[in-house]
Amino acid sequence: MARIVMDDLHKVYPGGVKAVTGISLDIADGEMIVLVGPSGCGKSTLLRMVAGLETITGGTLKIGDRVVNQLEPADRDIAMVFQNYALYPHMTVYNNLAYGLRNKGVPKAEIERRVQEAAGMLQIADYLDRKPRALSGGQRQRVAMGRALVREPAAFLFDEPLSNLDAKLRVQMRVEIRQLQKRLGTTSLYVTHDQLEALTLADRLVVLNAGQIEQVGTPMELYRRPATVFVAGFIGSPAMNMIDMAYLRDRGAAPSALPGGTDLVGIRPDDLSLTPPPGPAMVLQGRVALLEPAGAESHIYVTLDANAQPITVRVPGLPEVTEGAVVTLHAPLEALHPFNSASGKRTD
Amino acid sequence: MVENDRFGSLLAHLILILGVAAVVFPVYVAVIASTHAPGTFLQGVMPLLPGSHAIENYRTVIFEGRAQAGAPPIGLMLWNSFVMAMMVAVGKIAISLLSAFAIVYFRFRFRIFFFWVIFLTLMLPVEVRIVPTYAVVANLGLLNSYAGLSIPLIASATATFLFRQFFMTVPEEMLEAARVDGAGPMKFFKDILLPLSITNIAAMFVIMFIYGWNQYLWPLLVTNDERYYTVVMGIQRMVTGADSEPLWHLVMATVVLAALPPILVILFMQRLFVKGLVETEK
Repeated sequence: MARIVMDDLHKVYPGGVKAVTGISLDIADGEMIVLVGPSGCGKSTLLRMVAGLETITGGTLKIGDRVVNQLEPADRDIAMVFQNYALYPHMTVYNNLAYGLRNKGVPKAEIERRVQEAAGMLQIADYLDRKPRALSGGQRQRVAMGRALVREPAAFLFDEPLSNLDAKLRVQMRVEIRQLQKRLGTTSLYVTHDQLEALTLADRLVVLNAGQIEQVGTPMELYRRPATVFVAGFIGSPAMNMIDMAYLRDRGAAPSALPGGTDLVGIRPDDLSLTPPPGPAMVLQGRVALLEPAGAESHIYVTLDANAQPITVRVPGLPEVTEGAVVTLHAPLEALHPFNSASGKRTD
Repeated sequence: MVENDRFGSLLAHLILILGVAAVVFPVYVAVIASTHAPGTFLQGVMPLLPGSHAIENYRTVIFEGRAQAGAPPIGLMLWNSFVMAMMVAVGKIAISLLSAFAIVYFRFRFRIFFFWVIFLTLMLPVEVRIVPTYAVVANLGLLNSYAGLSIPLIASATATFLFRQFFMTVPEEMLEAARVDGAGPMKFFKDILLPLSITNIAAMFVIMFIYGWNQYLWPLLVTNDERYYTVVMGIQRMVTGADSEPLWHLVMATVVLAALPPILVILFMQRLFVKGLVETEK
């Protein structure tokens, strides 16, 4: 149980590559923070800096009340779940869980108690005598979690722990991780590149780009009010449509109420509809390039003439449109996200 | 290759059988020769069926030796060979495991330089450096000792290189997990790397044991005390040692006995080797 405070953290690799540039973040006790961003944004590096697997080249990191910059991973009171599980292949599940505790000199009876408790929680009690190779991917994942659990650490660090599982198992484990974390109330830092995983798991979401924080907030805050063009494009699936103000002005469709400096307008695919909404709306015309039925909903890709990027519309069910037909799209004015493309920031 | 090509399969078998025959026949002759009476070998015609002097010949070799020709009983020589081969094999493995560990997992100055220096020694087998090595061993007073027999042969670039390659395939995350679990470098080495390397160690042991066992020139140089003769050089002394004709029946019995320990090592280690292959997984 601990608060984690990052103060202006920097990571510069010996070659001069800057992976993390000035990250400050205050993580409350018991909070689940998800770091999300594209490959190479520095999210894994940041996590590994917290774990002590990468040196910190600038700034201070506190776990609990201690500055831990110089401490070895084992002395930081953290536990980490690795992407490839990193189980010791020659040890039984029991020994995999117990290894760290034995190194710490925990008494035998206490080790036994903690391992049994963790195994019970994760439903791996039946496999304690097996070696990792005799387990399925999901079971290995649980063992990796168990290894973190038995340490009863101040914080859990997860490095894309679900990326090696198949889709169905991933959803199941995601739910379990969330339930477990809530029950234990342990501060957690979770790295993923999957924005759905990020949205569903996080108390607060941190979007990273090029070694810096783009935005911090609850998942719904970030979804409803992305602060930058980058966040707008990263959170939400299908991604938000971006339309140039100049294009809208040429067609007389530009809403007059947008704040000054706006030259880019974002619209979520969900907010576009084929029928006029009750309130004031922006109207666009385009041709259906592709209709993609996806079960409960459908995605319509519409090309606006002279706009290279087709825009995506998400509608429930299967709409009665044919590919090649001209459609009229309506977007309620209050659902528009105004941005300035030069600064990349939101303008309202 | 699951094919119904009868001719091809027949041809393949024929070639394999010829190959096996070429290898096995001399061994067979040696075994046969060790069972005949003293004169048989010198008649010019080699019998291909076992003779009746097997027990007598082997008893002579094992318990009496050729005292009159200056060769000790074979038991002591086998023991010397065994000690030397064990020291060489175990020493080589211990040293190369540690040096590979250092090269792969530690960032010290001139790391790459040291790696290449080790690698370069591959080009300098014992025979090339034999005069200076002999001088060093002699000056250290190690002639006629087990240390003198084995220490100069104990460094191994091949094994270092093999273990280095293996360590590099161990996922980085394994080391990191161990660090989070509070294992220091030597603990990681002992608890994680060693158990994972067990198959490689077994393979290396087989190769290095036989390498040590088959050493001929080096033991010949550093020992002139009967008590430290190894069996391979002992065979040579039996052939050339006496004024009389070589006692081929006894030489062959010695050869057969000298070939047994390496075979046993292979048989025993092969089980462990295969078991390791089946059981471990990275």
